[in-house]
Amino acid sequence: MSNHAATVDATLTESFAGPSPGELLRRRIRGHAGLLIGAGVLALIVLMAFAAPWLAPQDPYAQDLASRLIPPLWHENGSWVHPLGTDMLGRDYLSRVVYGSRISLLIGFSVMLISGVIGAVLGIVAGYFGGRTDLVVTYLITVRLSLPVILVALTTVALAGSSLWMVILVLGLLKWDRYAVVLRSATQQVRNLDYVTAARAIGCPTWRVIAGEVLPNVSSHLIVVATLEMGSAILLEAALSFLGLGVQPPAPSWGLMISEAKGYMFFSPWLISIPGLALFALVLAINLLGDGVRDVTAPEGRS
Amino acid sequence: MSEALLELVEVERRFSVSAGLFRGRRALHAVNGVSLALRRGEVLGLVGESGCGKSTLGRMLLGLMPASAGEIRLEGRPLAAFSTRELARRVQPIFQDPYSSLNPRKTVGAIVGLPLAVHGIEADARARRKRVQETMERVGLPPRFFHSYPNQLSGGQRQRVAIARALVMRPEILICDEPTSALDVSVQSQILNLLEDMRREFDLTYLLISHNLAVVEHIATRVAVMYLGRIVEEADTVQLFRAPRHPYTRALLASVLTPEPGLGVPDTHLGVSYPNPLDPPPGCTFHPRCGEAMPVCRERAPAALADVRGRVECHLYDNAVK
Repeated sequence: MSNHAATVDATLTESFAGPSPGELLRRRIRGHAGLLIGAGVLALIVLMAFAAPWLAPQDPYAQDLASRLIPPLWHENGSWVHPLGTDMLGRDYLSRVVYGSRISLLIGFSVMLISGVIGAVLGIVAGYFGGRTDLVVTYLITVRLSLPVILVALTTVALAGSSLWMVILVLGLLKWDRYAVVLRSATQQVRNLDYVTAARAIGCPTWRVIAGEVLPNVSSHLIVVATLEMGSAILLEAALSFLGLGVQPPAPSWGLMISEAKGYMFFSPWLISIPGLALFALVLAINLLGDGVRDVTAPEGRS
Repeated sequence: MSEALLELVEVERRFSVSAGLFRGRRALHAVNGVSLALRRGEVLGLVGESGCGKSTLGRMLLGLMPASAGEIRLEGRPLAAFSTRELARRVQPIFQDPYSSLNPRKTVGAIVGLPLAVHGIEADARARRKRVQETMERVGLPPRFFHSYPNQLSGGQRQRVAIARALVMRPEILICDEPTSALDVSVQSQILNLLEDMRREFDLTYLLISHNLAVVEHIATRVAVMYLGRIVEEADTVQLFRAPRHPYTRALLASVLTPEPGLGVPDTHLGVSYPNPLDPPPGCTFHPRCGEAMPVCRERAPAALADVRGRVECHLYDNAVK
């Protein structure tokens, strides 16, 4: 042992310089503008949703038929009483936009959570066990992919009645396909690596192999899909609300606001452009964040 | 010394492989009737070309894959009778690539401590940490690496972590699957010396799977040569390297590259390429590549001949055939 201990120590001290994975990640995040912008805008919108009661100047549901369709500040008739004007029922538009962020974020997060759990479990199980399990899950994914989301959501909501929770449930149960597809292939790659085999040879029970070895190594894929799917869920809610089958009036949903404003588009264009802009900013921020996370967590040498 | 710790009796492993659309599935014999004994305290080298079934054999010995036929016994008890946990405490693997054998998301301490956590040894966190650090020190890893991640270590250091993980539960048998072939030449000898030291210190028995004959000659006490799922020759290391008997063994030994200039790349005289394991040649599976093939080799598979020099499967040494 002692005869080559000296050479051992020489090599050990010489190459101990690398930063830890956490430090590497922090460095890459700091150098990624898109990610920082996305995270910043998203953080602002989340803050706005939480602080809505203090930020909104008025009750978003209070109608005032005497002051209908007041234009926003930058128009000559605008006033500080209603900075973003009022809608056709005289409700303060700024308050409605602020409160609308709550609905969009609630739907985005809840749908992401429900579909994420379903898709991640199916994908990881299929990828890890393979064989018949994989066949069944692949079949389920194919069935799901052949269903048009909007049509199924429309039918379900039309039959079962529409409410905020109904929209969340329907979208959550429909939008798990991408999680399953991505995590299935990611798990297949990880499953055959030696550290998974080593964990099995150590005597780890299967749940422990999946939770300790597989999950941490596919989690970056999960985060990327989750952010992108959240953006898409928010857009879908807006589309459903626009079609009148999503969130019901008088709730201040951005999609619903766009829908209600479509009759006034030519004479009061701000009614449609303001919630549209809010929706655009939120989804853009989420997608920037998702792309950023993907870049930052990609293996060395890829971006 | 001669007690068989791990014994394989006519072990087979078949894989069902799709032969193509509408043509059903066919059996691929990855391991085909292997009988082998691993004696306590020895280092058995298992050599052969890529795809000859070496690694499949290793996986079966780790209990990761059942044998299709035949029996593997550990101290006389069939491997199937051991629970995964029991077996894990006695047989541990060391893999070829230290870059894929360590979970990149875990610290060295967590990796080496995982076996202890899974088996509930040293339930107390401080005692566990102490044992992990002791083991790390034994394999030449300073304790300050406890909180490091694998990406901060060099290839040789990573392989030391893998060795520490395998040794932390004090197993009896290590299945080393090409333990040095992914490492720099300068690090290879360090790892081999470490394995040798550990064997002496912990009374370990090794199965050393390798295609590197120099490594096998250096560390193995006995060598088994595998070809297309069968053990074609088995002998003491000195015997095998001095007087190889099977034509395949001779070809393997002739194929070793030497650093001597001017010699060029050695010719193995193996001619045709490795046969398709889905469709093995009839008779002796080696005959299409054998320079000394006789008519009988095409028709009949040779039986294993055991004598004082070892064991060989070749018609050349079968007096009944001559």
